[in-house]
Amino acid sequence: MAGLITMDDLTNDQIISILDDANRLLPVAKGEMYLPLLQGRILGNLFFEPSTRTRMSFETAMKRLGGEVVNLGDVKNSSVVKGETLFDTIQMVDGYTDIIAMRHPRQGAAQYAQDSARVPIMNGGDGAGHHPTQTMLDLFTIRQAHGTLEGLKVVLAGDLRYGRTVHSLSHALTRFGCELIFASPDLLKMPAEIVSDLREHGAKVVETEDLLSSINQADVIYMTRIQKERFADEDEYVRCAGAYKLHADHLGEVKPEMIIMHPLPRVDEIHSSVDSTRHAGYFNQAFNGVVARMALICYLLGVTVPADVEAAGGAF
Amino acid sequence: MSNEHSMRRVTAIRNGTVIDHIPSGQALRVLEMLGIGGKSSVPVSLVMNVPSKKMGAKDIIKVEDRELTQTELDRLALVAPDAHVAIIRAYSVAEKMTINLGGEVTNVVRCTFSNCITTNLREPLPHRLKVISRDPLHIRCHYCGRPQDLDDLIKNVL
Repeated sequence: MAGLITMDDLTNDQIISILDDANRLLPVAKGEMYLPLLQGRILGNLFFEPSTRTRMSFETAMKRLGGEVVNLGDVKNSSVVKGETLFDTIQMVDGYTDIIAMRHPRQGAAQYAQDSARVPIMNGGDGAGHHPTQTMLDLFTIRQAHGTLEGLKVVLAGDLRYGRTVHSLSHALTRFGCELIFASPDLLKMPAEIVSDLREHGAKVVETEDLLSSINQADVIYMTRIQKERFADEDEYVRCAGAYKLHADHLGEVKPEMIIMHPLPRVDEIHSSVDSTRHAGYFNQAFNGVVARMALICYLLGVTVPADVEAAGGAF
Repeated sequence: MSNEHSMRRVTAIRNGTVIDHIPSGQALRVLEMLGIGGKSSVPVSLVMNVPSKKMGAKDIIKVEDRELTQTELDRLALVAPDAHVAIIRAYSVAEKMTINLGGEVTNVVRCTFSNCITTNLREPLPHRLKVISRDPLHIRCHYCGRPQDLDDLIKNVL
């Protein structure tokens, strides 16, 4: 059964349909009603490297819909340290579960797992590769704010070189005709092969090192964390990272409906003064990880989300 | 200069393999891909950059007393997908072999990306590379999606 390894596994119509399902499931995700669409189904959570939001939101999504979750647990206490191959691990979990969410430090691990498995694999991040479930929740958040994904102007800022989140999102936004502005220090620029790939697919891309000059025209500003260990010396880090910090004072002339997003955790690239502005979208974005994954699991398991969720669900 | 003249720049071989219509300048790469190097005990003749009606210029390799296997043809497909391969026995063409660079290259070379899941040699699934385009040659790993450089791939022959 097919899973979600990269965003190329979904057509634009399928993406929109899943986002529509997610929108209807919001009251269930918020715990306002009970809708056990996934009762009797089991999710295998295989996180071979640390994760907070992704692992917890998969687990919450499954449980909100009445399903069960089994966890690999700490890799250090699993068969992986005894040298078990990914293929063998997948054979085992494939037999225990109906669907698998996976994060792995090696790129290509999710596709490898899908080729080894009977059940759908949801890629929760494979090395510097893809993170499509994050992209789904990002798209959900953007559409929630703007009512559309078409033709928006999106600034992606910070570490664009190593951030798999921004790679997947850029590809997806290109498919919806968005204009992309990549704001990053030269050292952390979007990889050239990704930029050329996006342009080949018709993307309008602007690259700049000046974040603040781009924000007033933006519909979305997607911030990412710049990691100190990417730089050879600390002075260089301080100089570069300083130019990619948003403060409420910077937002005086931005569009009223503009939202600021961040895959979290943040360090100091978004000042806490932004949290109380109407533009702060990152905590809502983290919550949306639950509802987007609820809809995605239903889609991959072939479970129909009722057209009228409120009528189908029950009170606690 | 005719094709016949190009072929006769080196003497005819009694038994072995002739690889013709190699893209100009690629003969050394072909030898490397096939593992035919200086330590090889068989005689090897090589002409480079000879005129060709079809290609403008081309390279030709003649390997004596050795017939290419299907596995070697699969490797050759990556470097010279339009080359012509003839097996020679007793000075005559005994067999013409077809090179086929399809949409995927399986278990011929390993992905060159150091963090690809396939770098764990104990993983049992086949090594798969997708051919995105033939000309120019553009190949990506089926698993990690990374584009592959031909010079690096040659070092990763299975």
